[in-house]
Amino acid sequence: MTETDPENQNPSLLRRIRARLVPDAHPADDRGRMRMVLDSLILHLHPPKVPDRTLKWTYTWGLGGLSAVLMLILGATGAILLNNYTPSAPQAYLDILELRSNVWFGELVRNLHHWSANLLVIIAVLHLLRVFLTGSYRAPRELNWLIGVGMLLLVLAANFTGYLLPWDQLAYWAITVGTGILSYIPLVGEWLSRLVLGGPEVGASTLLNFYSLHISFIPLLIFGLMSFHFWRVRKDGGLTLPRRIDETEEPRVERLTTIPHLVRKELVFALVWIAAILIFAMLVPAPLEDIANPGLSPNPAKAPWYFLGLQELLLHFHPLVAGIILPGLAMLGIFLLPFIDINTASVGIYFRSRRGRSLSLLALGLAILLTPLWVLLDEFILDWSAWLPSWPSLITNGLIPMTVVLLPLILIDDWAQKHLRADLEERILFLVIFLFTAFGILTAIGIFFRGPGMNLYWPWLMPEVVH
Amino acid sequence: MTENTAPETNVSRRDFLKVAWAFFGGLAALEVGGIFLAYLQPRLAEGEFGAHLDIGLVDDYPPGTVTHISNGRFYLVRLPDGGFLAVYHRCTHLGCTVPWDPAIQKFVCPCHNSQFDDNGMVENPPAPRPLDLFPVTIENGAVRVDTGTILQRQTFDTAQVVYP
Ligand code: HEM
Ligand code: FES
Repeated sequence: MTETDPENQNPSLLRRIRARLVPDAHPADDRGRMRMVLDSLILHLHPPKVPDRTLKWTYTWGLGGLSAVLMLILGATGAILLNNYTPSAPQAYLDILELRSNVWFGELVRNLHHWSANLLVIIAVLHLLRVFLTGSYRAPRELNWLIGVGMLLLVLAANFTGYLLPWDQLAYWAITVGTGILSYIPLVGEWLSRLVLGGPEVGASTLLNFYSLHISFIPLLIFGLMSFHFWRVRKDGGLTLPRRIDETEEPRVERLTTIPHLVRKELVFALVWIAAILIFAMLVPAPLEDIANPGLSPNPAKAPWYFLGLQELLLHFHPLVAGIILPGLAMLGIFLLPFIDINTASVGIYFRSRRGRSLSLLALGLAILLTPLWVLLDEFILDWSAWLPSWPSLITNGLIPMTVVLLPLILIDDWAQKHLRADLEERILFLVIFLFTAFGILTAIGIFFRGPGMNLYWPWLMPEVVH
Repeated sequence: MTENTAPETNVSRRDFLKVAWAFFGGLAALEVGGIFLAYLQPRLAEGEFGAHLDIGLVDDYPPGTVTHISNGRFYLVRLPDGGFLAVYHRCTHLGCTVPWDPAIQKFVCPCHNSQFDDNGMVENPPAPRPLDLFPVTIENGAVRVDTGTILQRQTFDTAQVVYP
């Protein structure tokens, strides 16, 4: 535009500011309206149009979006909590007490942070599961799968470092037991454990280390990876298209404008969840026990709940197997999945195929049946170290039980391949669902069935924690 | 120049620069990583756990007793034969604090039920090795324990015991 006559063309200062901040809500002409939509920041994130099929919320269940909402809640509540928190013992604990009783809405903000963090672990895992079950990590989306796994690990790290901050008995001993696993890593374990703890045991340096990781390094990385993740979704051509199981030809794609069709849904979804979390946080307080006492371990001392599956494994296997080999293999498997499971023909179909559905049900059923059975067997009957007293415990407590567990799995896989004619993607589906369910059940056993001395109890007969 | 005077080699200038970039870039990344790790290193304060502790005279601890020195994180064990051991109270399984049970004369871990005798030897797993020790020195009848040095061991051996 060229210079205009200052006399009658220049609107008042206020109007000029307003014109910049709130563009004309309704331009008169079509072109103007189109421009307004295209200039919107939302379309920096989303494409202008999306296939109507991907809008069906029973495909994604909104899990990725919910993870992002939770991260925003965590960022916002975390930033306020910072103003009321000193990362030194015993002040940290006193600050939380003060927060609960003397700070306006302090308890609510803390509850929001606590429950959102725990929910995020669950939701992020479910999101990963959805992507797996629909085969959505296959080419060209492998990289985004890897970014996702990276974010999940960071979310666990954020939760774990945050767990220590209230400096109560729960925090102190969960972190003690949780980091205790580190020292079993061959060669570097002791060094690594000392490094993370900043000393031989959980103490002042640990609190400071965890605090700084928790509020700077980890959230920065997560938010950075989140932008990368969203950008990749667009670059990879949007979400995978959901397809019905009997749909053989390429589905016909109807495209709808992102504004309002997608954005409205996202907003409603986010608001409903925020409301639900808010209500939950008002009703259920985050736990806080007595101040940390390094001289007194509670009985039982459990790691944070998302590590209890791992802790359960530690009760059955030599630490090298339970803490390093098995989790290492699992992580490796998760990273390699999109490069092994590569049949793009079934992308977008839940459980791959009809046979895939039956196999999934079978895997679920078998895991629910076999896992508790194995736990009981190993707890009460199998005792290799007593039967073979002169053998090293890495064999009696590690390799033999590992074989006992892996052998049936290999046999079942072989059977599925020979008798059910399962192909590679269906076998992978079976194995992953089996292992995933088994790990879930181990976690549940660790949370609900382990009592004093880490013995098994019925949840309704569980004795009180002894302090 | 019309003639190539450089010696015959398989490495082009471009490849050489690439390798050099990767090498120095990697080196810089390692340095930054190293600094990051160094910042996590233990920072022990004077007089805290981790320092030398003077805990009194030999005669304060009669033979056959186990005394918890909680600010030093250890048990001072005076064996029946008069020898001293400073046993770190941290369970070698996953790090819980083991209480001394005088009724059965054992350390019993509340977390996963490891048990140790008064020497710190494992009597019941899952603990993989005996309780760790701190060095004890006795000068002019005064007992001093260095809680900054943790001695791991695979078994009990009389050389670990300090006699006045
Ligand atoms: C990345 C996602 C995050 C997760 C998963 C997470 C998780 C947690 C957890 C589990 C706790 C323990 C809360 C409790 O038991 O009460 C916690 C505490 C805390 N977090 Fe976060 N957090 C995240 C992000 C942040 C951010 C971005 C900040 C600030 C910039 C922050 C600041 C704090 C503070 C100050 C506490 C101590 C207050 C308390 O213990 O109640 N967090 N966090
Ligand atoms: S920490 Fe002592 S038995 Fe596990």
